[in-house]
Amino acid sequence: MSKMASPVRCVARRIFRDCTRKVSVLSTQQDTKPIYPSNSIVCRCYSNDFEEKSTHFGFETVPEGEKAERVYKVFESVAEKYDVMNDAMSLGIHRLWKDMLLHIMNPLPGARLLDTAGGTGDISMRFLEYTRTQWERQQRRAVRSRQTLSWQDISHNYAPSHDQGPVESTAVVCDINKEMLKVGKDKAEKMGYSSGLSWVVGDAEELPFADDQFDVYTIAFGIRNVTHIEQALEEALRVLKPGGRFMCLEFSKVSNPLLSRLYDAYSFQLIPVMGEVIAGDWKSYQYLVESIRKFPDQETFKGMIEDAGFLQVQYFNLTGGVVAIHSGFKL
Amino acid sequence: MLSISRPSLWLTLGHNCRLAGICGVPSRQHHGTFPENPYHCLYPGHIPTNPIQKALLAVGSGVAALQNPYRHDMVAVLGETTGHLALMKLRDRMKNDPEGYTILTERPRIRLSTLDLAHMATLPDGSFGREYLRFLEENRVTPDSRADVKFVDNEELAYVMQRYREVHDLLHTLLGMPTNMLGEVAVKWFEAAQTGLPMCIMGAALGPLRLSSSRLQTLATSLGPWALRSGRRARCVLSIFYERRWDQSLEDLRKELDIEPPPLIISATNKKPAANSEPAS
Repeated sequence: MSKMASPVRCVARRIFRDCTRKVSVLSTQQDTKPIYPSNSIVCRCYSNDFEEKSTHFGFETVPEGEKAERVYKVFESVAEKYDVMNDAMSLGIHRLWKDMLLHIMNPLPGARLLDTAGGTGDISMRFLEYTRTQWERQQRRAVRSRQTLSWQDISHNYAPSHDQGPVESTAVVCDINKEMLKVGKDKAEKMGYSSGLSWVVGDAEELPFADDQFDVYTIAFGIRNVTHIEQALEEALRVLKPGGRFMCLEFSKVSNPLLSRLYDAYSFQLIPVMGEVIAGDWKSYQYLVESIRKFPDQETFKGMIEDAGFLQVQYFNLTGGVVAIHSGFKL
Repeated sequence: MLSISRPSLWLTLGHNCRLAGICGVPSRQHHGTFPENPYHCLYPGHIPTNPIQKALLAVGSGVAALQNPYRHDMVAVLGETTGHLALMKLRDRMKNDPEGYTILTERPRIRLSTLDLAHMATLPDGSFGREYLRFLEENRVTPDSRADVKFVDNEELAYVMQRYREVHDLLHTLLGMPTNMLGEVAVKWFEAAQTGLPMCIMGAALGPLRLSSSRLQTLATSLGPWALRSGRRARCVLSIFYERRWDQSLEDLRKELDIEPPPLIISATNKKPAANSEPAS
């Protein structure tokens, strides 16, 4: 082994790691099967040096291999109280942010969504709600136009009708954390979203889907937890259809200095306290506010998205920059 | 946003701490300089907090504990954030007692791993160790259910708090009280009189609100006054090295500590079947 050149050793290590990585499926629908990439194992070897590179976990520095595991543990422990804490921490404003994401996305009925790091399924459920409302609106418009019929239309009505059934939009919720998906599935059942949703366990850096599958790819409040953001962006490009849209909703930099100081004080003083009182977990929420500070700002992230190959990249600041929606197209 | 600077001596004390983001204050100036311990923790599990955060924690945990008394972690947090003065007084009492001083230096912990349960089962009936084991079995509790101390910003006081939590079960044995609501309130009254911890005083004041009227009467007429009397008179219960007294007779120990034997025997069978139903910490 020691005689091999180091790039080959690196590749060999990655192959071994890829072979032992398990990807499992929790699917509620028989007909929506995620399609696996055809029998090729993608190896990525980025560098020749042998030491594990280190990355940030909040304000702490950890080896790269460890970050994913620690993020997993954080979300495993907060999964039960995740939605309650979101409402408490953002005073309910996170619902408006997510509604704005859907509004900017403006999906058509029949679109396919991949909600990465979808966790408890907030975006997917809003997507289904939006497309169903759009479909109903389209139907109502069609019916209204049929009220004043011309001779041609009346003669057409005597022909056999080729009315389609409702065009089904589907959403796939993909998350690396099984606990979050479990909570999301229970929530979906309670709210009555049984059809049109699938729940898949998968890593944003290596999605278990074939190329050119989805019309829209979203990642809401998840990309800052990914160890290699560039890989996640490349995977997003891969699974989108040509013409597909990438959308990312994430915490970002506040430009106004006064608001920034208030925001910092709120984040570091209040949020861990709320985490302790409501969820019994100070450390996870400390990680959350620190990871927001380590994420690149709007312009840098826009550059990263363009580097991955997306075009027409733009961003929208919400709540003064506390949150930003980045959008790009695969053309 | 307050930034508190601490001397680096304290950092070396906290070398074995678990690190994941436990500092309540962003220590940007230390990021990268001390990769093993960028946060100022004084003992494993310590989360440094500033006075504002402590106040918020006290209020929040108080409300949460009132809403759901089975949230032991909230009762624990309430005790830690409000108990600074009482802990200092307790620590001084311990220092002035020779056995208490030994405890402060040796720092024994009461956990399943440190207790020799097999040996305790062989002790004669009426001995402290045997009665404690009987208490654990009858009430189906374990000494490992105590939360670790997180928000006390002094290493010695944190140990005193931890010792108080671990001694709580032993107090049940000494006072002969089971872990149902009435027994817990009686023990809380004793602890309030003994330690003066605000959390104990609040628990003693609010606990009786959840008792039925007959039990309330028992508490008011016999158990309550007995608990208060014993609590005021007794030697500091944290100063006893229980780990070395398992084979001492229970009656003997009560006399030594100046605790009156309980006026009533309350059975343990009336408790709710919740897995750690003691609302104490």
